[in-house]
Amino acid sequence: MSRPLLELKDLKVHYPIHGGVFLKRIGEVKAVDGVSLEIREGETLGLVGESGCGKTTLGKAVMRLLKITGGSILFRRKDGTVQDLARLSRGEMRPIRAEIQMIYQDPYSSLNPRWSVGDIVAEPLTVHEPELGLKERDDRVAWLLEKVGLTPEQAFRYPHEFSGGQRQRVGIARSLATRPRLLVADEPVSALDVSIQAQVINLMMDLQEEFGLTYLFIAHDLSVVEHISHRIAVMYLGNLVEYGPAGEVYRNPVHPYTKALLSAVPLPDPDLDRPERIRLEGEIPSPLNKPSGCPFRTRCPIAKPSCAEEVPALLEVSTDHFAACPLA
Amino acid sequence: MSRRGTRFVHVLLGRRSALVGLVLILLLTLASLLLPVLHGGDPLSGTDAAVFQGPSLAHPFGTDGLGRDLMLRVFYGGRFSLLIGFTSVLFSILIGLPLGAVAGYLGGWPDTALMRFVDFMLSFPSLLLAIVLTTVFGGASLHSLILSVGIVGIPQFARQMRAEVLSLKEREFVLAARSLGFSHFRILFRHLLPNAVGPITVLATLRVGTAILDAAGLSFLGLGVEVGVPEWGTMIKIGRDEMSRSIWTALFPGLALTGSVLGFNLFGDGLRDALDPKLKGVRS
Repeated sequence: MSRPLLELKDLKVHYPIHGGVFLKRIGEVKAVDGVSLEIREGETLGLVGESGCGKTTLGKAVMRLLKITGGSILFRRKDGTVQDLARLSRGEMRPIRAEIQMIYQDPYSSLNPRWSVGDIVAEPLTVHEPELGLKERDDRVAWLLEKVGLTPEQAFRYPHEFSGGQRQRVGIARSLATRPRLLVADEPVSALDVSIQAQVINLMMDLQEEFGLTYLFIAHDLSVVEHISHRIAVMYLGNLVEYGPAGEVYRNPVHPYTKALLSAVPLPDPDLDRPERIRLEGEIPSPLNKPSGCPFRTRCPIAKPSCAEEVPALLEVSTDHFAACPLA
Repeated sequence: MSRRGTRFVHVLLGRRSALVGLVLILLLTLASLLLPVLHGGDPLSGTDAAVFQGPSLAHPFGTDGLGRDLMLRVFYGGRFSLLIGFTSVLFSILIGLPLGAVAGYLGGWPDTALMRFVDFMLSFPSLLLAIVLTTVFGGASLHSLILSVGIVGIPQFARQMRAEVLSLKEREFVLAARSLGFSHFRILFRHLLPNAVGPITVLATLRVGTAILDAAGLSFLGLGVEVGVPEWGTMIKIGRDEMSRSIWTALFPGLALTGSVLGFNLFGDGLRDALDPKLKGVRS
């Protein structure tokens, strides 16, 4: 088994809520509330959950785009040293940014509309590898565009001249420019047409194989995640509820929330036997005012009074497969 | 030119109102620059023989109470009015843009502090504020006029720029720039500012008209340029006093003022439409 590239330990991101005339702190949103997980070199970890469960916040926290409230983000550098990203200053973080990059959700807003595609892909190189000559840089840009399935001639075009799928390819080329090892993909295909989604997913898988990339793949669509992920982590209200190898989680879900999510995945064949749909009652509670104990207990079909007492820990239910439910 | 560029020109010139605005601005500017030179006369002195004449071939706009040629004075004065309009707006931009950009980008207390100050400035009627400022800067002179009108314009630019930055900085390309470790300077000037150029240009164009009007207002109240300089506001003030003798002395500078303000407003509206990517080649 390969070693971990990224390890989160009890990661917390709380957003303060300010209100009143003097902007006093009146509360906080616990978007990510103590998440521990690891991503191994060369694998894809699929992170799933409903909107508002904190998965995007977790991705941004790994990129250090947000203020970290607590915990650590251990990242293994190219040279083998392990650094805690949560404790680095802006300046110290800078060289590491070349090694961790992000693929964004909305290809219509992730490219600067005033810049040509070539300039967009070249900019990371200008900043992170200023020693590159103009010719070398242009060659790298052309090479990158080819790698993502575009042509070098398209470098002179502007984002609005491209389709959504092509724009997403440009975004991927930009992310790859600095030769990163970890890519945080925040719902990279949810804004695309279904027919284009598969192309982008396949491109990401090809690139992973060719460059040995590691992905943190964030999505709310379980069927997309299943195809690309080696392991899956399920989040609910800022906590991990289940975490394990993709096949395991899909075939033998343990946590009632995972079961409910999986029962909602549409099957392509209407005649196929499907497990009975588990319908969750009510709304996802506000992360501003989380239920005590197990965060899922308010909607859980098997909840007991004891669930309100303490936050359940992740327990190993089978090899490498964890779930945070003592009742399951 | 890129497709975006041709569309821009197409929409802009396709609007008759924008075209009229542009023509008005160009006509007034060119006439103000060239006519006094070509005419060769002295806008500051006249002859007693030709007092309060109506329009004629010799004096197309007529003459004023001192026998000075009004056409020459209107366009000579246009130099001052337009100069005040452009430089005061430039001043507003130079101060207002960085303020708004920094406030919007940083957020938090710098934003609150700057914006409350801007609200404070906006809570005064602009002309009243300009009057106070001119007095503070030592009264009637070209410099204090430009400075006062310029300062009065700062809040609008700061606000607009802040709003632009606030909406732009949530866009994912700015997130991408941050995640690539780009400097604040690079993000502000290479990613945010170029995307705010459109709305700011529109505001600047509209604001030139208002600035000319504000300056004329101050001059009309006697707080404008030095006595004797034929700036439009001053000319209207003099013309009003002489209204019973001749209507022309107030009419022509007034028309010039109206024409320029109208020109900048029409052109600014056209610019706004042309820069709006949602409108595709609409004609009016």
